[in-house]
Amino acid sequence: MAEQQQNADNSGAYLIRGAAILGGAVEDLLIRDGVIVARGRQLDADDAGVRDATVIDATGLVALPGMVDIHTHLREPGREDAETVETGTRAAALGGYTAVHAMANSTPVADTAGVVEQVLTLGRTAGWVDVRPVGAVTVGLAGEQLAELGAMADSRAHVRVFSDDGICVHDPVLMRRALEYVKAFDGVVAQHAQEPRLTAGAQMNEGEVSAVLGLAGWPAVAEESIIARDVLLAQHVGSRLHVCHVSTAGSVEIIRWAKSRGVNVTAEVTPHHLWLTDELARSYDPVYKVNPPLRTDADVQALRAALADGTIDVVGTDHAPHPSEHKECEWAQAAMGMTGLETALSVVQHTMIETGLMGWEDFARVTSTAPAAIGRVQDQGRPLEAGEPANVILVDPAARWTVDPSKMATMGRNSPFAGRELPGKVVATFFKGHPTVLDGKLNTPYRWPVDAVDAGPAGRRA
Amino acid sequence: MRHLLSTEDLSLHNAIRILDTAEEMAAVGEREVKKLPALRGRTVVNLFFEDSTRTRISFEAAAKRLSADVINFAAKGSSVSKGESLKDTAQTLAAMGADAVVIRHWASGAPHRLAATDWIDAAIINAGDGTHEHPTQALLDAFTMRRHWSKLAGTPSAGADLKGMRVAIAGDVLHSRVARSNVWLLRTLGAEVTLVAPPTLLPIGVDKWPCAVSFDLDETLAQGVDAMMMLRVQGERMNASFFPTTREYSRRWGFDDNRLRALDSLGLKDTIIMHPGPMNRGLEISAAAADSPRSTVLAQVRNGVSIRMAALYLLLSGENREPAAAPVSASAAASHAANPNLTYSHQESH
Repeated sequence: MAEQQQNADNSGAYLIRGAAILGGAVEDLLIRDGVIVARGRQLDADDAGVRDATVIDATGLVALPGMVDIHTHLREPGREDAETVETGTRAAALGGYTAVHAMANSTPVADTAGVVEQVLTLGRTAGWVDVRPVGAVTVGLAGEQLAELGAMADSRAHVRVFSDDGICVHDPVLMRRALEYVKAFDGVVAQHAQEPRLTAGAQMNEGEVSAVLGLAGWPAVAEESIIARDVLLAQHVGSRLHVCHVSTAGSVEIIRWAKSRGVNVTAEVTPHHLWLTDELARSYDPVYKVNPPLRTDADVQALRAALADGTIDVVGTDHAPHPSEHKECEWAQAAMGMTGLETALSVVQHTMIETGLMGWEDFARVTSTAPAAIGRVQDQGRPLEAGEPANVILVDPAARWTVDPSKMATMGRNSPFAGRELPGKVVATFFKGHPTVLDGKLNTPYRWPVDAVDAGPAGRRA
Repeated sequence: MRHLLSTEDLSLHNAIRILDTAEEMAAVGEREVKKLPALRGRTVVNLFFEDSTRTRISFEAAAKRLSADVINFAAKGSSVSKGESLKDTAQTLAAMGADAVVIRHWASGAPHRLAATDWIDAAIINAGDGTHEHPTQALLDAFTMRRHWSKLAGTPSAGADLKGMRVAIAGDVLHSRVARSNVWLLRTLGAEVTLVAPPTLLPIGVDKWPCAVSFDLDETLAQGVDAMMMLRVQGERMNASFFPTTREYSRRWGFDDNRLRALDSLGLKDTIIMHPGPMNRGLEISAAAADSPRSTVLAQVRNGVSIRMAALYLLLSGENREPAAAPVSASAAASHAANPNLTYSHQESH
């Protein structure tokens, strides 16, 4: 596969030969002008009226819908030393994503229509994935006053996900009001569940390991008590709640209970919480410092089971790049967070698929269909069928690679998987029918029509 | 031994080796000329990110008695307070040729970072990190206990462990690096440890530690204790609701005059009372207890210098290091044949 020449109007045609669709039947996909025009065995492009289709041999590869990250930190505007929309979305495309939700904790905070539109425009100018800005719930993430949620919803960015991620909306009245208010435009509040008083100065999971290491504990109950309160609030006001990065077995039980009661709640787990445990903190290497913290193996097993049985709906990376000086220091001084966009697929394959807990169809649900539904991203997370938007990735499940953060597209070098051998590799990413990644390498970005860079969702004038 | 970072990973062999070497060093402290040439030409940096005059001067005295050059680097009022990172500080010390860095830091694990990274290639000694560990304090405590325990048994200290000794440690275990280091080291040496504290001042997960836990100091004393170690309690903890008042703390968990008398009535005539200092007289320990003949507080301070000499000596003159100075046959220490290391032969015995 040679580097593809990009037509100014993204009107390329691609015939993907012999991919296992969602890991199942081996079929061909014919893509043209951003749409899957045909799916079937031994497709003939000419018969379908498509000339000059580039043929891609996908023997042994799995075709999946482009992944949608419900939880990404792109750092721009403000912390361009950590990541930019350009570098973060390159990482996303390489990781198999065609859409990411950019969290609101930028500088300035994405708490106005102006900032979310800026992020939208940065995303479209980059062109690697669909950047969906998340709006802050409260002004400046300060937890005191609601941000102009309606203005962000009505803006060109068409915000539907609101979050103070990094900080919990801990005031119960404010949380209730936010949940109620976003009903007006079908929004969702994505809560970072962390009771602040129970976690003052917290450094790592509170338990056996923190007791030995002498690091201030982040108890599971600080997460679980907020989730318990929030699911009851969501039920009371009849609104939609999304729980970010669930990390404990107890949280899983509460969400399972809430769902059984009909509460409209969705939940997310990060790849790192599906694998790593607080034992890693024994090294005092801050690359393992993250919020919520790495928990115990019992929590890891509960999270895997919950993702498999649907209690947890989605995998969200919580991709959190940091400059090296924020990790090359004492544990207590270090920033919290890990990169994740370029390792998510592999880690989920390792923890969920190779353990037999899930198949690729489930993978598509938790990494694409469900997060697109939560974020109300209309043209993502769609079936791989004729007539659907061509957001498609090709994955080589047999590939093995060793994580080297210095070779990643993200500016963050803080991968907790550094040095580990992981299964699965993204071979190609098609975003709106254009290959942003080919042969496992960045190709060229999708070029939004000039008038769409400043336009609303799906390139239409809002 | 490359570094001395914690007692949790200190083997019995190395623990005994440090304690035995410290016995040799103690003999030096009793001589008129309290100095050995062992570390001549070596540079020891005391890197203190937290005020601790006691620990700093103890390490300084230890290094000087071994003829090392000592540089005191107090992070307060230095470039560190201007925002210099630990990495830059470490690399600066490395560039200046530090052979050993004695580090005291408010952040748990800071000494581990120095030892685990390539920032500096010196022996690292943990002089207390956050609420993690304070290994030389535990070693000097064990040294003090071992002398007492051996004296009672009428056997020499050298080579001995603490099998059968009952040690109670009372106070703010949650925030105490001294308690943690003692629990691991005393386990290694075979003592039976009981932690006594209000439940609020015990860490979640303490039930997995190799010791007993009690909320009742009187009951613990009644069951028999050979060494009673009181930990410093900060009165400000009251403001975070760890206990209601300092008076209530003192009544329930302080070693007061009633408990001092109880030792006599319980027939515990040989029980020693220990404290790592500095003491809050009237809070965790009464003046009478602190000043009683049972108190080992000053012996602990004295033994601290010997332990720190031993640690510096073993890390800098041991199997990991080139000879520091030409062998000195005239050294008085050479006549202490009990420890072959002190003859400055660099053939390591494992």
